[in-house]
Amino acid sequence: MTQERQEKGAGGLQHGGRRSDSTDQPHGPCGINRRGFLGVMGAVSGSALLASAAEVHAYKQFEGWPDRYGMLSDLTACVGCRSCERACNEANGLPKPKKSFDDGSVFAELRRTDDKTYTVVNRYENPGDPGTPVYRKVQCMHCNEPACATACPIHAYSKTPEGAVMYDPDKCFGCRYCMVACPFGIPTYDYESAFQPRIYKCVLCYDRLKVGQIPACAQGCPTEAITFGKRSDLLRLARERILEHPDRYIDHIYGEHEAGGTSWLYLSSVPFGQLDFPTNLPDRPLVEETKGFLSSVPVVFTVWPALFGMIYASVRHRDALQEELKQEQEKEEERQ
Amino acid sequence: MNHHETAVKTDNFRAWFMDKLLMGMDWPDYMRQLITPFNIIAAIILSIGLPLIAIRFIYGLASVTHASQDYPWGIFLGWGLFGGVPLSATGFVLATAYYIFGFKKYKPLVRLAVLAGFLGYLFAVIYLLCDLGRPWRIYYPMIIGFGTASVLFLVAWHVATYLTVQFLEFSPAILEWLQSKRIRKWALSITIAMTIAGIILSTLHQSALGAMFLLAPGKMHPLWYSSYLPVLFLCSSIYAALSMVIVVSTLAARFLKKAADQTFLSNLNPLTLGLGRGASLTMYVYFVLKLISVAHDNNWALLATPYGQWFLLEIVGFVLLPALILSLGVKTGRVGIVRLGAFAGALGIVVNRINVSMVALNWNLPDHLHHIVPPWQEVAIVLAIATIHVLVFRWILMRMPVIREAPEYTDH
Repeated sequence: MTQERQEKGAGGLQHGGRRSDSTDQPHGPCGINRRGFLGVMGAVSGSALLASAAEVHAYKQFEGWPDRYGMLSDLTACVGCRSCERACNEANGLPKPKKSFDDGSVFAELRRTDDKTYTVVNRYENPGDPGTPVYRKVQCMHCNEPACATACPIHAYSKTPEGAVMYDPDKCFGCRYCMVACPFGIPTYDYESAFQPRIYKCVLCYDRLKVGQIPACAQGCPTEAITFGKRSDLLRLARERILEHPDRYIDHIYGEHEAGGTSWLYLSSVPFGQLDFPTNLPDRPLVEETKGFLSSVPVVFTVWPALFGMIYASVRHRDALQEELKQEQEKEEERQ
Repeated sequence: MNHHETAVKTDNFRAWFMDKLLMGMDWPDYMRQLITPFNIIAAIILSIGLPLIAIRFIYGLASVTHASQDYPWGIFLGWGLFGGVPLSATGFVLATAYYIFGFKKYKPLVRLAVLAGFLGYLFAVIYLLCDLGRPWRIYYPMIIGFGTASVLFLVAWHVATYLTVQFLEFSPAILEWLQSKRIRKWALSITIAMTIAGIILSTLHQSALGAMFLLAPGKMHPLWYSSYLPVLFLCSSIYAALSMVIVVSTLAARFLKKAADQTFLSNLNPLTLGLGRGASLTMYVYFVLKLISVAHDNNWALLATPYGQWFLLEIVGFVLLPALILSLGVKTGRVGIVRLGAFAGALGIVVNRINVSMVALNWNLPDHLHHIVPPWQEVAIVLAIATIHVLVFRWILMRMPVIREAPEYTDH
């Protein structure tokens, strides 16, 4: 899976020259696949075959694309102005909501993303400071190893080297297992459509990333509550902030490890559980939960035919022996 | 071709049609005997359900289901796929017992079990087609994209392959009905290979249906989320199958006696006792596995919560109790009690699969239990599909040699 995702991602690179060295996984001499073969034939990825023996790993571990981007959402800076919602709505050409983006009455209830809204900001009571509520922005977390991509039986999802988790409606048949699998409840479906229903979700403004722009919500935020950058830089920045202001932040970067880590990171003054962040997720990617089961498939395919074939043969053998015995007895009786 | 030849051909076709499809009657007689209380109820259910199915495909899922962003799945899958597939393990379990392990006494039930399995899978796919957003793309996992890390990819491939395998397993009955000796011989020759293929595919996809939920540890109630889910689903599918063979054969012997032969009817009681014994043993194993799954994650404390009581009701009321009823029936040789236990056991499977796929999933969302109650339209569609399932089953039993042997073909 990992290998496959990497190949797919490498094929989709937009700034190939700049990032290809860091993203190409070393292939051993036996790892020459079709793509690699084409490389020898004069295409661009020939360097992959020249990897030295030291770079060839028997044990493969995917720690995420090294230069992937991310977003740091600092909830202590968010004032709930919903500019990010407006920017997202405009950048993605989504239908205008019934209540305008200036209307604060939407905070009366907790909202969620849907097929017409890729991001929402919700308001929560602040137990430490009752006068100033906490606002939490919700959108796709862009996991390092997304559960939606693991769930999809048709490979309609991919994690790009830039960090965005993309969805291809041309492949989707609408099983909605991705919606079940996503620990953050992000993929949404338009159940109203009979003929072209599809998943809708935040794609980290991938089209904007490709032309050197940053995601619309980060661009639209007037309080610098959303920072765009390389995920590794954002983690460093988040740690610095916690170190500098231990009184302002709780000592946790949400998204650093949750479900194997996400491209979207959060800092907060309030424990994340109180803001409806799932706090019951494993630190390893969710794909790990099903790996053990799937690894039993080749065992079943090889051991079962042998085992049940032998049982069948042994039953037949016993029947044949009994038949022989019976015939011998009959012969004996005839002789007597 | 002269008129005479045409007339003979027409007559031949009419005779064939009346013999094979109208069971030897002419149209007026056939239509007259269709008017029965059961058929009238079926017609009422279909007259409501079929238009709703049309509405679903014209106006989308939102028009007939409560499917939402938090609740993508409902009873189409909870009942139809997750419930339907284990109850359709009948073909795999009885064919394995008969062809591989040599339980030759069960011959009168094997074809019925294979047919129940084949139709069960066929209708599970029909429920799935109702649920898929774009059902016309159902073949996409085979051709368009390979999500090899997805458990659902495995399920898709296996259910498709196994449907074909079961069709081939049942094909001798169809060919006997059509009097096609030569093809039947070929179809019989692959029986053992198909049975072993059935074991591979069934053990994997029955457990895979449980493994699908392993991907959602954050959303499942801990009592139902367990690394044992695959083995729990596989184990329970075995007793589901044994119970279902009892259920289906009981109904067939009771309501379709004229389609059965003496071999089937006279062997049914002793065979039911044997099936009941197997089912109860598997249920005890499953019950213990369920307890171990609680111990494995040390979830004992959760049993004192409302969800824990529901969990206890599931494993005691719908697993242990049916198992005890079965044991009682087997010990005392009372077939009626065994049948009662089998009906309860089959019902318990549905309770478990609905619990895993609907009750335990998203349990921590506000107002959860309110959200999983399906709207009447969704229930009406499920009832309509289930009714068609029964009608097709009956249609085949009345015509093909399933619970009776065709006298000229006994070598299977």
